[in-house]
Amino acid sequence: MQISFTPEDERFRQEVADWLAENLSGEFAHIRFRGGPGDEHSFVEARKAWECRLASGGWTCIGWPEQWGGKNATIEQQVIFNEEYARAGGPGRVGHIGETLTGPTLLAFGSEAQCQQYLPGIRAGTALWCQGYSEPGAGSDLANVRTKAVFDAPSQQWRITGQKVWTSLAHESQYVFVLARTDPESVGHRGLGFFLMAMDQPGVTIRPIPQLTGTAEFNEVFFDDAVCSAGDIVGQPGEGWQVAMGLLGFERGVSTLGQQMLFQTELDEIIRIAKENGAAADPHLRQRIAEAHIGLRTLRYNSLRMLSGGNDAALGREAMIYKLSWSSWHRNLGKLAMDVLGPEAELIHAAPYELNRLQSLFLFSRADTIYGGTNQIQRNIIAERALGMPREARGTQ
Amino acid sequence: MDFRFTEEQTMIFETAASFLAEVSSSADVRKNVLTDSGFDANVWQQVCESMYWQAILIPEAFGGLALGYVEAIGILEQMGERLFQSPFATSSVLATTLIGKLASEQQQAQLFESLLAGSVATIAYTTARPDWRVSSVSVSAEEVAESVTLQGECRFVPHAHSADIIIVAAKTGVDGMSCYWLNSASEGVQIERTPTLDQTQPLGRIVFDNAVIPSSQRLGGLGQAELAFTDVLDIARIAAAADLVGVAQRSLDMSVDYAKERVQFGRTIASFQAIKHKAADMMLKAESARSLLYYAACVADEWLADRGPKQALAEAAAMVKASAAEAAFFNAGTGIQIHGGVGITEEYDIQLYFKRARAGENYLGSPASQREVIARQLLD
Repeated sequence: MQISFTPEDERFRQEVADWLAENLSGEFAHIRFRGGPGDEHSFVEARKAWECRLASGGWTCIGWPEQWGGKNATIEQQVIFNEEYARAGGPGRVGHIGETLTGPTLLAFGSEAQCQQYLPGIRAGTALWCQGYSEPGAGSDLANVRTKAVFDAPSQQWRITGQKVWTSLAHESQYVFVLARTDPESVGHRGLGFFLMAMDQPGVTIRPIPQLTGTAEFNEVFFDDAVCSAGDIVGQPGEGWQVAMGLLGFERGVSTLGQQMLFQTELDEIIRIAKENGAAADPHLRQRIAEAHIGLRTLRYNSLRMLSGGNDAALGREAMIYKLSWSSWHRNLGKLAMDVLGPEAELIHAAPYELNRLQSLFLFSRADTIYGGTNQIQRNIIAERALGMPREARGTQ
Repeated sequence: MDFRFTEEQTMIFETAASFLAEVSSSADVRKNVLTDSGFDANVWQQVCESMYWQAILIPEAFGGLALGYVEAIGILEQMGERLFQSPFATSSVLATTLIGKLASEQQQAQLFESLLAGSVATIAYTTARPDWRVSSVSVSAEEVAESVTLQGECRFVPHAHSADIIIVAAKTGVDGMSCYWLNSASEGVQIERTPTLDQTQPLGRIVFDNAVIPSSQRLGGLGQAELAFTDVLDIARIAAAADLVGVAQRSLDMSVDYAKERVQFGRTIASFQAIKHKAADMMLKAESARSLLYYAACVADEWLADRGPKQALAEAAAMVKASAAEAAFFNAGTGIQIHGGVGITEEYDIQLYFKRARAGENYLGSPASQREVIARQLLD
């Protein structure tokens, strides 16, 4: 057990930092520290161009095998990359769903043909993905999927009809992965399929969801006989739930370290303001700022424990607490930001509703403890899977 | 960068777990509370002869194992789980660390030989109402020619009454601080046990009434112990945090076990979300503190090897002490609630953990005081 990096890793760190310093400038200078949760709508075109720049430097998908254009980077190197990326102010990645979710899922569960078809676009930064999991009736109860997939033998296509919701970057994405019911008689997690679909087709309609920040990060996506080919199902019909759960395992991976660096820039901003406006002298706020600092460091070492546990998607105890801990921490940070700002917290940049970053943080962080499994669901998961307590009774439908 | 234990470390911890399960049952803990020393001298002898834990931090040159804080912290965590009563933390971690940092080679040879043989050492520095910082030192030492006269009183000294060797931090001159070691049987030294709310960790009071010792028993230069002593207190905080993580973990495990057995309304209370969510929060606290603890153990090892940034030890110690103390108290307190009525009986063990958590919470600095340490680093 040791916390220092090897000289080889430090050289890698320098290489990443140098490349970012050189490239994240000029035409890309204005998107530093932009994008990401709560700011996903900002500078999308420039961030798409940035994705291609990253790819040309070989800095997309570094954890993938070399065969698919990756660097086969170790966990340590991926951690370092994410840290340096965030430290340099690297903008929120528009390609992150493809790189961190679709890619690993195809590498684990997909066919050779699917990898051939989809991985190069993700690696090149040109094919952006969004996810189609949640539905109006399938929030916390994710398996309650109503979207249907029917195989049409004459055209050799899957036809998909239904509605997905809370889809980030839907209107910017070329592809979506969709969890849909292949067995119309089934309920719950049985009888589902995991599909890869093009977004640009007549059967797909996107509608943004305006949110409390005045911006629209999420969308509703409607499928009305949208199609994908016979080869676009990952695994067999009926195996969609296993694939979907494997994917959620990848979600709690190395990107957590990059997320924490963004949190650090938010905390640094709050500390800067506290020193400037005198809040730093308030004993109660001092305690809360220190608590935030300790909490963020806790997230870091928790992640390092989680990542040291190995490369697979199996969830350890540390992984199970991760969502609950970061979401609660970040939501509290939003409130801390307001309390440090004091009266100024109430004044926005401009009408009708132009907020500063901390105001957006405060409002949007209320979503953190809801999406990706609410805190209540997380507590059920911890109690049932880590502590072996009885499962919740299911209602009859 | 690797946050896993090595195979050797895992083996040490597994051996520790089975040894402690054997010698520190609930009945053992309750029996030891009634003894004069507050621990079982035979078990301490076993620790020193068969487990050789007293040697973990002693350098090889002096016959020790020369392992590190990761090993010590992993064992302390399990000691907390078992409410183990022993002078290990005080003698084999704190005093040993201080001797290693300050003592001359000759002093190390003499003192480590004694500690390896099973002698108990303690550190005395706290005054009437300590804030647990170095500024709490109030004993004065006056060096004239080859002898030193110690005058003053230390309270809250762990295992004071069973210590063979006392290491005392004393003011020398206007703003200097020095450390001395002395035999607890020295003339002019009075020691008494002070009964405690947590009966598993004895404390004592030491009065130095013009105690005279040779100046050769000074550890380090005259008036130059402050920096090293400050660091040793941070090591002490990390060690205390390890015990508290163990307390937090065991409080959770006992409460979950109880909830799985206790039936009300025709179902186990573990099936109620009100209980499950409390248990989940307890696990979150325990695992969070543990993540910081392993980090802090690594920082301590870096410190021992004179590596790493200067502020890192103080920061790590403050973070983990605050986090582990709150985890332990939250978990033990919530544990009593989950136990319901039996939680407040003498018969059930959760109350013992509650008391140990309370003691550890204030010892070496409350969570609020530790957060203030962090606040000073960030804001001032």
